[in-house]
Amino acid sequence: MEKIELRGVQKSYGKEPAVRHLDLSIDPGSFLTILGPSGCGKTTTLRTIAGLEEPDAGEIQLGDRVVFSREKGIIVPPEHRKLGLIFQSYALWPHMTVERNITLALKEQKLSAREVSSRLESALEKVRLTAFRNRYPSELSGGQQQRVAVARLIALRSQFLLMDEPLSNLDAKLRTEMRTELKRLHRDLEATTVYVTHDQIEALTLSDMVVVMNDGLVMQQATPYDIYHHPSNLFVAEFIGDPQINRFSGNVINEGGIMSLDCGDLKITLPPELTPKTNTLIATARPESIRISEVANEGWERVTLDSVQPTGASTILQVRSKNNISMRLLQPGFMRKEVGDHLWVNLDSTALDFFDPESEQNLIN
Amino acid sequence: MAIAQTEIAKPPVFSGRNLYYQYYRLRNRPELILGVICLIVLAVLVLIPLFEIIYDSLTYQSYDLAYRPDAEVGAFTLFHLERIFTGPLSYALLIKPLMNSVGIGVCVTVLGVGVGTGLAWLLVRTNIHGKGIFSALVVIPYMMPSWVLALAWLSLFKNDRIGGSEGMFTSFFGVQPPDWVSYGFFPIVICLSLHYYAYGYLLMSGALATVDSELEEAGAICGMNRRQRLWRITLPLLMPALGSAIVLTFIRILGTFGTPALLGLPVRFFTFSTQIYASLNARNNGDAYVLALVLIVMAITFIWVNNRIIGIRKSYVTVTGKGFRQNEIGLGVWRWPATIAVAFFITISVVLPMLILLWESLIITPGVYSLEGLTSHFWLGEGDPDIAYGEPGIVHSPGILTALWNSCKLGVIAAVLNGLMGLLIGYAAVRGRGTLLSKWLEGVSFAPYIFPSIALGAIYIGMFSTPFGPLPALYGTFSILVLITVVKNLPFTSRTGIAAMMQIDKSLEETARVQGIGWFRRMTQIIIPMSTSGLISGMLLTFITAMRELSLIILLLSPTNMVLTGLIFNYNEQDMTQHSGAVTLLLVMIIIGVNLFVLVLSGGKGLSGLKSG
Repeated sequence: MEKIELRGVQKSYGKEPAVRHLDLSIDPGSFLTILGPSGCGKTTTLRTIAGLEEPDAGEIQLGDRVVFSREKGIIVPPEHRKLGLIFQSYALWPHMTVERNITLALKEQKLSAREVSSRLESALEKVRLTAFRNRYPSELSGGQQQRVAVARLIALRSQFLLMDEPLSNLDAKLRTEMRTELKRLHRDLEATTVYVTHDQIEALTLSDMVVVMNDGLVMQQATPYDIYHHPSNLFVAEFIGDPQINRFSGNVINEGGIMSLDCGDLKITLPPELTPKTNTLIATARPESIRISEVANEGWERVTLDSVQPTGASTILQVRSKNNISMRLLQPGFMRKEVGDHLWVNLDSTALDFFDPESEQNLIN
Repeated sequence: MAIAQTEIAKPPVFSGRNLYYQYYRLRNRPELILGVICLIVLAVLVLIPLFEIIYDSLTYQSYDLAYRPDAEVGAFTLFHLERIFTGPLSYALLIKPLMNSVGIGVCVTVLGVGVGTGLAWLLVRTNIHGKGIFSALVVIPYMMPSWVLALAWLSLFKNDRIGGSEGMFTSFFGVQPPDWVSYGFFPIVICLSLHYYAYGYLLMSGALATVDSELEEAGAICGMNRRQRLWRITLPLLMPALGSAIVLTFIRILGTFGTPALLGLPVRFFTFSTQIYASLNARNNGDAYVLALVLIVMAITFIWVNNRIIGIRKSYVTVTGKGFRQNEIGLGVWRWPATIAVAFFITISVVLPMLILLWESLIITPGVYSLEGLTSHFWLGEGDPDIAYGEPGIVHSPGILTALWNSCKLGVIAAVLNGLMGLLIGYAAVRGRGTLLSKWLEGVSFAPYIFPSIALGAIYIGMFSTPFGPLPALYGTFSILVLITVVKNLPFTSRTGIAAMMQIDKSLEETARVQGIGWFRRMTQIIIPMSTSGLISGMLLTFITAMRELSLIILLLSPTNMVLTGLIFNYNEQDMTQHSGAVTLLLVMIIIGVNLFVLVLSGGKGLSGLKSG
């Protein structure tokens, strides 16, 4: 198993910076996801690792081998980097059968015929496409095409896997299925994997480590758990989570030594370890962390229901306090409520995060 | 998260390390290397010849010594310009041919594009009968040499003005047709129009097929009547295609040689192209070069004006669209009359000339058109000292068979080379999209388009009559025919190459690359197999053009590299009309045969690719 390292990588297209500055260290054999909105530089990052884009500066190392260094004057072309890459479009060669799609690169490596056919057999078997070996890509469904692309990677036995939004062309059901397959592929090959997506569910379910990027910069690199529960800045907090996190801004007040945040109707007691340096703060609360009650409780805030969206296993509620602070709530179960009904909500201050309004950094961790 | 934009560390430019890096960097981008090579080759083949004739026309040449014995060869002079523009010969050399050419150009463009557009509308948008067969037949003139009609015209209307045999008209009615019917402006315009309507048709039918009926229906909902919809909606949408049809036709007519030569030279009616030919024959190359330059300047101006009027849109723009409906327009009581009119038109422009030439090739004595005198001598005969200077029939004449072989060889070699060039230019231009190199490549490969055929021929004579760089003197060789045909067809093939390459998603090649497959294997395994079907129409077009071309190569032909078209021209000059008729029919049959063959082979693609060009 081999590591991947990026040091100070920069890339711009003309004057438009795509990757401003990137340091990334990917542990041997781990599954890392680069997550971000479109145009954040995640695909560019992947393509620089593959060698399909040439960075303006920095250094890229695959295992022990430096494959790019502007300073040392090293640039290894993609064909010599020994990587596996899956594109969003699968990139199957339409004029070749499944079999030839898989074996073309193997034959190019001058492997023995026996080796080629044994790798082909085992790859086809793994993706359950043995019966389709003589089909052309256009004669396969989207999911099957995807599996051919996976089989091509399996047969290559590369130590590094790069995946560029491989699931975004599939329908929802197939996507869940393929997610499991990709995860298994990673485990079977024990390959160090970089996965690029804008889909946070894919990122959270698949990865050992998630990198959130925005505007050419890394916003946070952490485990899926920490990304979700301890976002290091407001961007990550708001980008991760569906429905989106609730955001309250207010003034810091001091009532006899007890610091709290005054957001109009809501008053949020600040945790004792937090000593704000500014007069205003931004607090965030995950929709599922806000508790609700159907009867009035001491210290709970009365809100009115604006919309109710049951999704089956859970229900998304949109509520509004009397001074129009709106909140999204997520409750388990299929709730049958009417718009206009009243509820009481309570914010658990231990489940909240607090951000500096200027730097947007998380003040707690 | 404040991260300073760090200064990019770079080693000094000329350090060994940096040069090493740049070398690897270049190796990493094969499309750049390829692009540079293509650009250099193109520049040598297209731009250097242009500079060469500019240079030649501004300096004394050895052939000028006849006029200026004291001149020093190679010294700067305005002598040639003065001869053409201000000298006493200016009227004969420049003004008269210019007026003739422009007059013919305007008339033919109006008639040809008008008729072509009308046909396109009838065959694409209305419920006329027999659409399938008509739209197949209507493009046949495109496959024939443009001067076939001129040959047929001569067979019909030749009079006693220049001696030799007389035409069918005289033979049947015993009356000589007047000169203006037999030769000069009028027959040239008619013959060219009956040929060039096919260009207008091809371009306009392509454009018409992409106009969404819903746009017209939207007009109807707004209360426009049928005529308003045509003038306010359909025509403006067609403007870019119409503009390019006009420009294309006009420039081609300026450079066309065969028809004005056949119908004009006997009565000393000169157009620009025939004047260039005459000047070169008279060894006044300087005159020819200046005239060729004037022609090029006119062509450029015309393209420029067209682009300004139509806007920034490319003059050959085609609206590609999917998922729209096209309603047939009902012709009502005019349905049958329109069908008959189209059938009649196709008969006189396609079928009749063929029949006339067939008859011509079967009569024993030139000018005697009777059913008794029919003979297969000119097709199968062994040669008879009493008939046509003893020249044997097609199947026995070594001259004809050699020319036939040369024509086919030229067509096939040029088509293959053009396909390859189109592929490489397309690859370099598409992969390097957005770079300056890619833009230049597209621009330079388009440049031969602005050289009227006869002018390009004149340039190549000047350039290759002496050894050029590593190339030996190519004048009179087969290679120069291949070279000029490939260059002249580049604008088309490079565009089909670019279009074919655009359809190959970049990721298909990148995937192969990441899997460790090198550039050469990527080309042979992935790019070439995937793009051939797209290149077929371009290669077929090159084949057809090469087979039927006369204007481009007439100046470069000699007995050693004779092709069918040149042979036909020679036979006609020697009044061996049966031979010229027979060889013309042979040529047309080969072209149509090959076209059908490719059509079947490619599953119905063939010339349909032309509609976008």
